[in-house]
Amino acid sequence: MELTCRSRSCKTRWKLTGEIDHHRAQALSRELEREVSTRLPGELVLDFSGVTFMDSSGIALVLRASRLMEELGGRLRLESVPGQALRVLKAAGIHRRVELGEE
Amino acid sequence: MKPVNSVKLEFLSRSANEGFARSAAACFAAQMDPTLEELGDLKTAVSEAVTNAIVHGYPEELGKVSLRLRRYEDRTLEIRVQDWGRGIPDVEKAREPMFTTGGEERSGMGFTIMESFMDAVKIRSRPGRGTCVTMRKKLSSRPGGRL
Repeated sequence: MELTCRSRSCKTRWKLTGEIDHHRAQALSRELEREVSTRLPGELVLDFSGVTFMDSSGIALVLRASRLMEELGGRLRLESVPGQALRVLKAAGIHRRVELGEE
Repeated sequence: MKPVNSVKLEFLSRSANEGFARSAAACFAAQMDPTLEELGDLKTAVSEAVTNAIVHGYPEELGKVSLRLRRYEDRTLEIRVQDWGRGIPDVEKAREPMFTTGGEERSGMGFTIMESFMDAVKIRSRPGRGTCVTMRKKLSSRPGGRL
């Protein structure tokens, strides 16, 4: 699994790497749910700095993360989103629904 | 208008082939000297169309997916993705943002992304006969770019 997770108190940072597409979506979604349900973070940071490609499967993953964090009453932030992935998020209007920032 | 160059690929509707299809399209488009942003747009549109064919064309079976790439003299790239699967009963509904019949790994934004990233998207579909998505994008002129 090309995913690393580091938790500091109630903040969890995920570094996503490689290509995010439908082929990997199910595994990533399962991983996301497992990590959030075991760590119960107050803030989840999705670090996109290692993402080399993303299609609309990434939108579904971000929306899933957003719903999970809403249920926890926590916060979701996307960091270091590369140009191509950012264009996909913007085309879907997701950049208006989630917090985006640099590390 | 006759294409300057053309390739046609055929592959099984396995999700592992999504990456293959977009890489193949990027390799073909590279001869047109696209910008990095254009290359990203083309790869994304191909990924969406091929994923739709795999997920919705053949939800429970394996089938054939075809990818045809054509390059024209005026720097237009045409991408056609075709399957012979279940077809889309209501194409207009399928084009609506956030509409999906897929699982929660699908966002329902596939056609919206294709339409945002390409100049034109045409969908032909018949239930039980399959779907054909044809997309066109005119690439920017680049000084010193190859014909």
